[in-house]
Amino acid sequence: MIWGWIPRNGALILGRLGEHVLLSLAPVLIGLVLAVPLGWLANRSRVARSILIPTAGVLYTIPSLVLFIVLPGILGTKILNPINVVVALAVYTVALLVRSVADALAAVPSMVVAAATAMGFRPTRRFVSVEFPLSVPVLIAGLRVATVSNISLVSIGAVIGLGGLGSLFTDGYQRNFLTEVITGIVLSVLLALLADAVLLTLGRLVTPWSRADASAGKSA
Amino acid sequence: MSIFGAVLAWLVDPSHWVGYAGIPTRLLEHLYYSGSALLVGIVIAVPLGALVGHTGRGGFFVVGFANGLRSLPDLGLLILLVLLVGIGLLPVVVALAVLAVPPLLAGTYAGVRNVDRSVVDAARGMGMRERDVLLRVELPNALPLLLGGLRAATLQVVATAAIAAYVSFGGFGRYIIDGLSVQDYPQMASGAILVAVLALIIEAALAGVQRAVVSPGLRAPSGRTRPPPELDTKLPHTPKADDRPAPEMAGVNPS
Repeated sequence: MIWGWIPRNGALILGRLGEHVLLSLAPVLIGLVLAVPLGWLANRSRVARSILIPTAGVLYTIPSLVLFIVLPGILGTKILNPINVVVALAVYTVALLVRSVADALAAVPSMVVAAATAMGFRPTRRFVSVEFPLSVPVLIAGLRVATVSNISLVSIGAVIGLGGLGSLFTDGYQRNFLTEVITGIVLSVLLALLADAVLLTLGRLVTPWSRADASAGKSA
Repeated sequence: MSIFGAVLAWLVDPSHWVGYAGIPTRLLEHLYYSGSALLVGIVIAVPLGALVGHTGRGGFFVVGFANGLRSLPDLGLLILLVLLVGIGLLPVVVALAVLAVPPLLAGTYAGVRNVDRSVVDAARGMGMRERDVLLRVELPNALPLLLGGLRAATLQVVATAAIAAYVSFGGFGRYIIDGLSVQDYPQMASGAILVAVLALIIEAALAGVQRAVVSPGLRAPSGRTRPPPELDTKLPHTPKADDRPAPEMAGVNPS
């Protein structure tokens, strides 16, 4: 390890880190926004479910590197356009989350839904304020898997010249420079652990009732 | 259209199907790296997961270990190992085995852990030794989750084995790296498509294997059980005797 290299190249490392955060987290947000309505649809309609869930399964089977390469051919973008990585990882996130959302909505107790209906909730409002919040724990679990795997997949893109911290690996390899490679690995692992911890905390904050249940269970 | 045409033309070009850089050779290389890594992963993860699942101790460690491995960037690990020990099969197999371990470990552990406790108690009550409880009762009952883990591991390893080409190895990744260096997009896309097709075929094959080896009793949600083997042998065998209990045994089976 040549420790002095790290502060001397602070700007480069931070730039790669920022790129990595953008390339891995933007797809999570896009995927989430798309997966909630699709998951809702899959839960509502049998036909939609029989199309969406198997499609998601097949999409999830396609390797990420393959999508990074094939998408330019489909989208008409340049091979080195970061949009390819964002779209590819957004596809994975949607594929993963559609199932989570559909399962989570299906697991909402029908009595709760009936109670909300009886209280006069219209379907839209019932979804927003009753069914969706109750599906959050499962959704967060899916988001954690998607985020951690996206963070690790972005660096694969470095093989074809895109990839945030991954370019520290390829650059370090070409220059036979261990410090750069180790810096990239450590930052990538830290980023994944941090993102996971943030999502876990966020999940606890937005579902106060699950904590109330747990403490009530203890005191009883 | 012209891009798709060019990729198709590359794939069907007979000269790409022969020789040391031909598709069959690259396929065998790809399978060789993936298979070795999976073997290493199975040897590490399945006994560990089974042991922890059987004893019930160390579950927290297993989950943490699997999650830690999952967050490691594979390309970084591969390059780190190559810089440390030099170019060879070892870094490739280790980097890919690291991908295989978390799903296998989680699948085996969860599978063994989730076996119905009354089944395990019954096995002990019948006088089985601990080793037999694990090998003859818990592992067969854990097969659905264990094989689910194996499928996930295989898929990840086969998909990622393409990065071996980055450190001068073969496999389908060769087309991706070589295509990139000479700006030959059809070659790159063909390599990518070959990886995807291989992953899909292997996934379908493993789904078939899973259907074939998992005991039918574990598939039927209604708890359809077979008569014990020593009683089974006294019954007249019908061609489908393995699949359903003979009617006269129905009273013996717990509903």
